[in-house]
Amino acid sequence: MSQKKATLMEEFLRGIWKENPILISLLGLCPTLAVTVSAENGLAMGLAATFVVISSSMLVSLLRNIIPSEVRIASFIVIIATFVTIADRYLAAYFPEISANLGPFIPLIIVNCMILGRQEAFASKNNILRSALDAIGVGIGFTLVLVVLGGVREILGSGTLFGAEVMWSGFHPWAVMILPPGAFLALGLMIGVSNWLNELGEKK
Amino acid sequence: MNKSLKMILVLTIITVISGVILSYWDSFTKPKIEAHRANKMDKLVRAILPDNDSIEELKIGGKTIYKGIKDDEIIGLVFKVEGGGYQDIISIIVGVSPDFSEINAIKILSQKETPGLGTKIVDDPSNDNPAWFTEQFKNLKIEPEIIFVKGKEATKNNEIQAITGATISSKAVVNILNVGIANIKKMYENKK
Repeated sequence: MSQKKATLMEEFLRGIWKENPILISLLGLCPTLAVTVSAENGLAMGLAATFVVISSSMLVSLLRNIIPSEVRIASFIVIIATFVTIADRYLAAYFPEISANLGPFIPLIIVNCMILGRQEAFASKNNILRSALDAIGVGIGFTLVLVVLGGVREILGSGTLFGAEVMWSGFHPWAVMILPPGAFLALGLMIGVSNWLNELGEKK
Repeated sequence: MNKSLKMILVLTIITVISGVILSYWDSFTKPKIEAHRANKMDKLVRAILPDNDSIEELKIGGKTIYKGIKDDEIIGLVFKVEGGGYQDIISIIVGVSPDFSEINAIKILSQKETPGLGTKIVDDPSNDNPAWFTEQFKNLKIEPEIIFVKGKEATKNNEIQAITGATISSKAVVNILNVGIANIKKMYENKK
C-alpha cells in the first residue's frame, strides 16, 4: 500500500467487493452469523453498523493527530461505544420490535473487529474525506452481505423474504437454515461463490 | 507537554464528552422507551384478563399484583416474574386464577434469547401458530409444578412441550414460572 495514493473512488469501492469486510477479510463474523435469520434483521444490523463505522471513522480521523498512540485503542473504543449506544437507544425508542429482535447484538457492535479494524488500519492514518468514503464503502459491503445472507436463510428456512411469502404453498421450510449450522453453510457457500467470481475475473 | 499527562488528559476529555452526549441523548430516548414499556404492560394485563370490570393494583414487597375484578369478585391475578434465560433476564407477565391453582395465560414481556432460536418462546415463524409456545400455558395446572417434555406432545395437565432447538429457553420459562409463582403466592397469602 506504499505506492501512490488510491483515488477517492477506489477508497469508496474497495470495501464493497475487493476488501469486503465479511467475504474477503472475514471480520465481524459474530453478528454476521448470529442475527441473519431474516433479511430484515440483516438490514437493521447492517445499517446500525454502517452508521457506527462512518461516524467513528470521521471522528477518529479528525482526532488522529491529538490522540497519543499509547491510548489510541482505548480512545477508539470509547468513541465507537458512544455511537453504538446512540444507535441502540435510537432503535429501542423508534423501532422497539427490531431492537427486541437483535437483542444484545447491537451493543456488541462495540467489539466488532471490522469497526475497530477500520479505525486502526485506515481512519487513524487518513484525512476525514478518505476515512468517510472508506467507511461508507465498508458499511455498504457489510450491509449487502448481511441482507443477502439473511435473505437466503429466510427464504430457505422460513419460506419468506422481508416477512412476505415467496415460496410455493407446498414448500417445507428447511429449519436448519435459521439454526446456527445454516449460517455457516450459507456463509461458506457465499464466500466460495465470491472467490470463484474473483478467479473468473482474474483469468480474463 | 509531559507524555503521560497528555494521555490522561486526552482520554479523560474524550470520555467526559462521550458521557455528556449520551446523557443528553438518553433524555430524548428514555421517555419514548418507557412509554413503549408502560403501553406494553397495560395491553398485556388487559389481554390476560379480558373480561374484567376494573383492575386494582396491589403492592407487596416491591412487587405489583394486578387484580382483575368483575362483579366485586376477584377473577384473576396478574403479575410479573423474572429469572435467568439463556443469555439475559426473561420477564414474563403471568395471569393466574385467584386460588393459584392454574395459569390463565402468560406473555413474555422482555427477553434477549438467541435470535431465531430462543426467541421462538415469543414468536415461532416456522409454526402456523407463531405463539404456540406461550399458548400452551393456558389453563395449565401449577400444582405440584409445571414440567416440560421434549420432542413429543404434552399429555398431562401440568405439562408443556419444549421448543426443538431451544430447550434451554423453554426450560428457563418453566423454571421462572415455577419459582416466581410460588414466591408471589407466599407473599400474597401472608398478606391476606
